[in-house]
Amino acid sequence: MPGAGITAEPPAAAAPPPPREPGLAGRYLAGAIFLAPALVLLTVWMVYPAIYTIVRSFYGQSGFGHFVGFDNYKQLFVPFSISQNLLLKSIRNNIIWVAVVPALVTALGLIFAVLTERVRWSVAFKTAVFLPMAISAFATGVTWRIMYQQDPTQGAVNALGRSVVDAVHSPGVLPSAFPSTPKLVSKGGGLVLKTPLHAGGVALLGVTGIAPADVPTSAAQAVDPKPQPGSIVGVVWRDFKPGGGVPGKIEKQELGLPGVTVDLRSSDGKVVGKTTSDANGSFVFKNVGAGTFQSEIGSQTFRKPWGGVSWLGPKLITPSLLIAYIWIWAGFAMVVIGAGLAAMPRDVLEAARTDGATEFQVFRRVTVPLLAPVLSVVFITMIINVLKVFDLIVSLAPESTQNDASVIALAMWRTSFGGQNNFGVGSAIAVFLFVLVIPVLALNIRRFKTEAT
Amino acid sequence: MTAVAAELPARRESVAARVARIVLKAPLNLLLMAVGLLWLVPTIGLFITSILPASIAEQSGWWKIFSKPSIATWSNYDALLHDSGLLSALKTTAYIAVGNTVAVVVIGAMAGYALAWLEFPGRDWVLVGVIGLLVVPLQMALIPMFSLYDKLHIFDTVLSIILFHVAFGLPFAVFLLRNFFVGIPKDILESARIDGASEFWIFLRLMLPLGLPAIASLAIFQFLWTWNDLIVALTFGQNTQPITVWIFGQLREFGTSIDVIAPASFISLVVPLAVFFAFQRYFVQGLLAGSVK
Repeated sequence: MPGAGITAEPPAAAAPPPPREPGLAGRYLAGAIFLAPALVLLTVWMVYPAIYTIVRSFYGQSGFGHFVGFDNYKQLFVPFSISQNLLLKSIRNNIIWVAVVPALVTALGLIFAVLTERVRWSVAFKTAVFLPMAISAFATGVTWRIMYQQDPTQGAVNALGRSVVDAVHSPGVLPSAFPSTPKLVSKGGGLVLKTPLHAGGVALLGVTGIAPADVPTSAAQAVDPKPQPGSIVGVVWRDFKPGGGVPGKIEKQELGLPGVTVDLRSSDGKVVGKTTSDANGSFVFKNVGAGTFQSEIGSQTFRKPWGGVSWLGPKLITPSLLIAYIWIWAGFAMVVIGAGLAAMPRDVLEAARTDGATEFQVFRRVTVPLLAPVLSVVFITMIINVLKVFDLIVSLAPESTQNDASVIALAMWRTSFGGQNNFGVGSAIAVFLFVLVIPVLALNIRRFKTEAT
Repeated sequence: MTAVAAELPARRESVAARVARIVLKAPLNLLLMAVGLLWLVPTIGLFITSILPASIAEQSGWWKIFSKPSIATWSNYDALLHDSGLLSALKTTAYIAVGNTVAVVVIGAMAGYALAWLEFPGRDWVLVGVIGLLVVPLQMALIPMFSLYDKLHIFDTVLSIILFHVAFGLPFAVFLLRNFFVGIPKDILESARIDGASEFWIFLRLMLPLGLPAIASLAIFQFLWTWNDLIVALTFGQNTQPITVWIFGQLREFGTSIDVIAPASFISLVVPLAVFFAFQRYFVQGLLAGSVK
């Protein structure tokens, strides 16, 4: 203890001034000197600006010469005023934020705090979840923007989504292919050969528009199919070679396309045969019998791979932001609630367990009620934090969706400093934000007064 | 004999119990591992993106590195560390963060001491005022200070940004330190006073050393808060750019500037992460003091 050394040391050795009777004036003076720097800063940078902002909110854009009463506040709530789009959206979004984030963060923090108590590596877990608290909200925005990229080859969230979706619903062999001649027409997602077929006929199904990298590796040189009596034969091939080639004709260097599903339909449209092409693209329908048929490359061949969810688009930007924000703050809730949990009387929990309560009952009937004060502190802190969110939106939401993602704090900044430079409306938004935190302010003061008495 | 006989089944049981425990806890362990990983992946992703060459980062995800580790390169960092803009932004960030931290600690500790141990009329009112200021959103001060800084010709200076941060850091600082100082045993102070020590001596030689744990928490909070700030610097700085504002300037071309944005973002979070790991205990303490008390 550093204090022990200091008290043991006779103060005379440090040569303090001779003992004096500190008069009232002297004591006040010391207090004034110690407080002065803080009071000056708080007055000039917080109290004066707060008053200024309140007054300023009743004046128009051009300055104090132009009194407008409550007009700036009307912009916040009355539809069809100049900036209503941004402000109403911001208020709506803020309501979503306040409704979702504090509850989810508190719940996640509680769950994590309770569960980590049961594993031996809780320190590692807590560190991992708490880590985002040290990182700036701004850098977190950049981090999650990388995660949220729409193209599943770029964004990790959609990459995960694609691996799930494609496992259920595998994409086709030739997602980008289209017919090489007008004889093939698209119908219901597949490609139908217009030429009617009979037993002994040949179906040439040429497609193009396939990037070399997308050609199946097992593909072999396509060959002209030899007609077989009683059967319909054909080939699916990439009707393109370096330099182009002649459409509809199988040439050297043109590869057959393996693994393509080919359907055979009778004249009434029923599917009477189904087969898959070989390595050189050839296929055969044996003993088709009499009648007219049509062949078709099945629609599943052209099924596009999953394109990804537009996390950063106007519809989902707010949910995306909420996820990133919860990712930041869950660790805070976990640590604070964990400390509350550690301070909880263990014998109460043990007594409930010996009385035969299940773990869930102990959690619901004992742990949560005992933790209620801590939970409410976390909840209220999160409401305050959520009202201030700014950096995360600025860095995570692309410019094109920042209107859709806007919240009050962001609208205040953009109205005041983002080009409009409307200090009147900006001040009104700031005052509105301040009014929202006044209940918490009152709560803090009341709590302090009851503690002091 | 009996002791051995009694011991054997007991030991066997404990092995069985251990196996049972591990098996029973496997789902919980797996769940928590998945969650922990989920919390680490975004940051790891940012780091890996930052070491990909631009041509690859622009069109494929960072996990490509797992199938082809040879694509990793330090060239993005190399280029950035030769970029005078980024270097001066880092310097500005350090000035703001260190300047603010020192000022908040000194001024906050003085005020905290006065509110805890000096008696003067209206002390409780000052304290109530400070607590009231705790939750005032800084948006309330942006416009007035913008105008005032402009009038005083200190707009766009490191000092003006620091002073804004200090003021908004003070309510928490005063509150935290006052609460800590109040808990110091009264007789330590009384005896020093009876011995004739001046208030300044008591503050410097007793309060600051005894208050070190709380001061450390506060300093870490303030340092991280200002290092990570965007909104204040964005409002009061144009040429005075800390790293967040510098990166902000690159965001317009997110896709094509990713080879700059990702490494710069990672550089910006290396220092806070180092501080966090070095002083984790104080960080958590400050968090608890700020929210639970």
